[in-house]
Amino acid sequence: MSWALPLPVAVPLIAAALLVATGGLLPRRVLKAIAIGAAATATAFALVILAASERHDLLHWFGGWHPHHGIALGISFTVDPLGAGMVALSSGLVLLVLVYSWTFMRRQSQTYDVLILTFGAAMAGFALTGDIFNMFVWFELMGVSAYALAGFMVEELGPLQGAINFAVTNTVGAYLTLMGIALLYARTGALNLAQIGRTLEHRPADRLVIVAFALVVTGLMVRAAIVPFHFWLADAHAASPAPVCALLSGAMVELGIFFIARVYWTVFAAPLHVHEAGVRDVLVALGVATALVGAAMCLLQRHVKRLLAYSTISQAGIMLSGVALLDPRSLAGVANLVLAHGLLKGGLFLICGVLLVELHHIDELRLHGAGRRLPWIGVLWLAGTIGLVGVPPVGVFLAHQFLNADAREHGFAWLAAIGAVASGVCAGAMLRAGARIFLGWGSDEDELLTPEPDEDAPEHDVRGRLMGIVAGVAIVLGLAASLAPGLEARTELAAARFADTSAYRAVVLHGAAQGDAAAHLPHSLLSVDTAPALYGLAALAIAAATAAFGLWHRRLPGGLRRAGARVLWPPVTVMRDAHSGIVGDYLLWLSAGAVAVGAVWALTL
Amino acid sequence: MTLLAYGVAVWVFAIGIYGAIVSRNLIHLALCLTVTQSSTYILLLTVGYRHGAGAPIFEDVKLGTAAVDPVVQSLTLTDVVVSVTVIALILALALDVHRQSGSVDPDEISTLNG
Amino acid sequence: MSSRQRLRAWIAAPVLGLLAAILGWGLSGAPGFGHFHGAYGDLLSATAVPQRHSTNVVTAIVFDYRGFDTMGEEFILFASVVGVVLLLRDMREPSGDRDDPVASDAIRLFGVLMVGVVLVVGLWLAAFGLVTPGGGFQGGVIVAGAIVLVFLAAGYRPWRAFGRQSLLDPFEGVGAASYVALGLAALIAGAPFLHNLMGLGTSGTLASGGSMTLLNWAVAVEVAAANLVLYTEFLESYLVPHLDER
Repeated sequence: MSWALPLPVAVPLIAAALLVATGGLLPRRVLKAIAIGAAATATAFALVILAASERHDLLHWFGGWHPHHGIALGISFTVDPLGAGMVALSSGLVLLVLVYSWTFMRRQSQTYDVLILTFGAAMAGFALTGDIFNMFVWFELMGVSAYALAGFMVEELGPLQGAINFAVTNTVGAYLTLMGIALLYARTGALNLAQIGRTLEHRPADRLVIVAFALVVTGLMVRAAIVPFHFWLADAHAASPAPVCALLSGAMVELGIFFIARVYWTVFAAPLHVHEAGVRDVLVALGVATALVGAAMCLLQRHVKRLLAYSTISQAGIMLSGVALLDPRSLAGVANLVLAHGLLKGGLFLICGVLLVELHHIDELRLHGAGRRLPWIGVLWLAGTIGLVGVPPVGVFLAHQFLNADAREHGFAWLAAIGAVASGVCAGAMLRAGARIFLGWGSDEDELLTPEPDEDAPEHDVRGRLMGIVAGVAIVLGLAASLAPGLEARTELAAARFADTSAYRAVVLHGAAQGDAAAHLPHSLLSVDTAPALYGLAALAIAAATAAFGLWHRRLPGGLRRAGARVLWPPVTVMRDAHSGIVGDYLLWLSAGAVAVGAVWALTL
Repeated sequence: MTLLAYGVAVWVFAIGIYGAIVSRNLIHLALCLTVTQSSTYILLLTVGYRHGAGAPIFEDVKLGTAAVDPVVQSLTLTDVVVSVTVIALILALALDVHRQSGSVDPDEISTLNG
Repeated sequence: MSSRQRLRAWIAAPVLGLLAAILGWGLSGAPGFGHFHGAYGDLLSATAVPQRHSTNVVTAIVFDYRGFDTMGEEFILFASVVGVVLLLRDMREPSGDRDDPVASDAIRLFGVLMVGVVLVVGLWLAAFGLVTPGGGFQGGVIVAGAIVLVFLAAGYRPWRAFGRQSLLDPFEGVGAASYVALGLAALIAGAPFLHNLMGLGTSGTLASGGSMTLLNWAVAVEVAAANLVLYTEFLESYLVPHLDER
């Protein structure tokens, strides 16, 4: 089965190249068929690889260069179920987006499809690779494709600004990671993750390893939109066409989190083991800050895509906190969260595209009541939002079960409360927007929300029916994800294998034989008590309260409102002001954040 | 010598990012990013250097002669290509911004905030 | 300078200073300059010639040992060029009838001579990349440069014979696709992706390295075409609209 590993990368790339080579000659339908065919093939192989990887890790050495006495000569794809799952998710989202764009993006569809295909191939390569420089190459291909797609709507200044902010901040983040890679190479002379890990294993982390860790992780955190590296994401989402946003929020950000976990477990876990608490504390702190800032900013948006973008930032914070617990069980939780969130958030962005095409606005207040003639879309929006709250048994529920159980074990039980508040507030903002748009509740004026430039669809005279169906598929899959049979045990086993560094090394460097992992499925290790249901209901209550506040806060007594404004308005204004849209500010935050992370770890590790 | 070699890489990295932060012109900003990227080339090539060793080309040279590390050179080659492409995109965006607003000052084009 | 910009400059200086300090501190743990011990590089230097019949170890790494990285890198260039075409699509004014004749005879003569020379240098660099310094990337960029010289030496209309997307896109696409196709061909033959399927040839000659030579040329074609598309885009978006003003 390892022969199939290059295919999720190679098939979209060759299709993209052929589209460019033949672009002027073939009719649009044929070009579209090639694109969708390539994406479907990639997804099919990704699912096959996922199934095969559940039994044992898959390995593919490019060029046939096997390691020579434990020194890797070439580049490997090293695939375990979590990596394969990421590829399946990203390839699946790419397929949905390409089908969706049959209606949504008629003009420029060939260039657009080419970039979506290269983006998809890069995401697959990023998730599958076992070589740190190869990761960097796919990281940059993801970036380049995304920057171009973000600047798609060149007729407006807002999208251009968003694309520039996206490109410049992520480029600097990539440079930080590259400096980290150079440091690791200087010490170990290796680029293969397993080999670097083995070389660093025996000595505790010294200054070089600590700084390399800080650099690599910071660059990845920029891509994962962790505070204070997150400013670019809302701008990029406001700029990009809705289906591109689905890919950015649904897969790209999550891949950043994924590789932080990958690089930690394969390379840095052993040298940093003694000071694990230092790593954990910093990453948890950043995750919590991200979750809360994301939620707060989410509440203040009336541009629906920016609202969803800030909710992604908030969820990314929760994912990072999960990874930061440095434990396989929380990793399983993050994996489930990525899966459910990717599909649900992707679906919600696809709904935004439907709103643009049918109603020609994306501003919540301008859309007031306009969605009443799209009741099924409203139902989907509600379903997606509920899925993201964590109500049992659908959507992100399973993820939070894992995360909260693990947090309790490590003495971070309060993380569950943060998660409930963050998810609840974001869901509340989404419910508020949904109620305004689809039910016409609340008023069509709200001075609390930040005015942003509105948007219009790239195509007029199209009907959103196909788009609505694709969005529905995404949301239904996202809701159903946590209901897949045995998912709980399988992700737990997959996470345990992900964290098993020595087994990974043995397989990669020495070709060690592996038993059938699927034969050792753990029994359900999650306690069947009331805590998960309590969590879900608490988050739902917070969401409902937030939505109600958002819709009807003018009806609160004047004294209460004035007192609340006096307390809350100054910090909110400061926070808003920081999100200035100016790229120089963003880079300054990036540098300051890198310094803070590096300095804290230099002193504590 | 070590101090000089690594110090140059660090200095160029920092000054490039500083230039990007305080830049008032998008073209200048793109070039500052190029400068920062150059520091990664400097660091990579510096890391791989060996005293008294020749280039990793063995056309007229006996096999086994000391050579500098060839891997970092291939990494730098990849790095150069990556940097060209990203800067080309940013410059294209800058051209578009200029056409839309008449300005290339990042502080002046800000319509997305909060 | 607005107060915000001033504040930013004042804060940025110490912040970047600290970043530099942290980087420097980390680097102080690195091996001293000139004392690198990497086993990976040494192993490749020792084995590239006997195993790959390529005397340029760097090219052997780029097109064989780490050929998969090169595929990704080639597609980064590809995607970026497609992106630039997308971004500049409203600004372009290709006008085949507009002319911009070069006034000076000396420039025209010199330019026309140099086009040939530079083209040969580029092709030579690409062809001998497996033997001496050079390779597909380097050669491709120089070939693109030779063709831009046509614009500089002879004016806009002769340039348009080459600088057209309808001509360049097929080369770019075929160059990129053939790299992947060579990899897939190995896969279909039951070997790992990008495995060398052809004979290795004699090191030190043009016919060395097996499939590396094919990959080398695929990259050269793609890079030359991609660079030319880039030049075309920027020329037509920025220069051509102002040609009449001269």
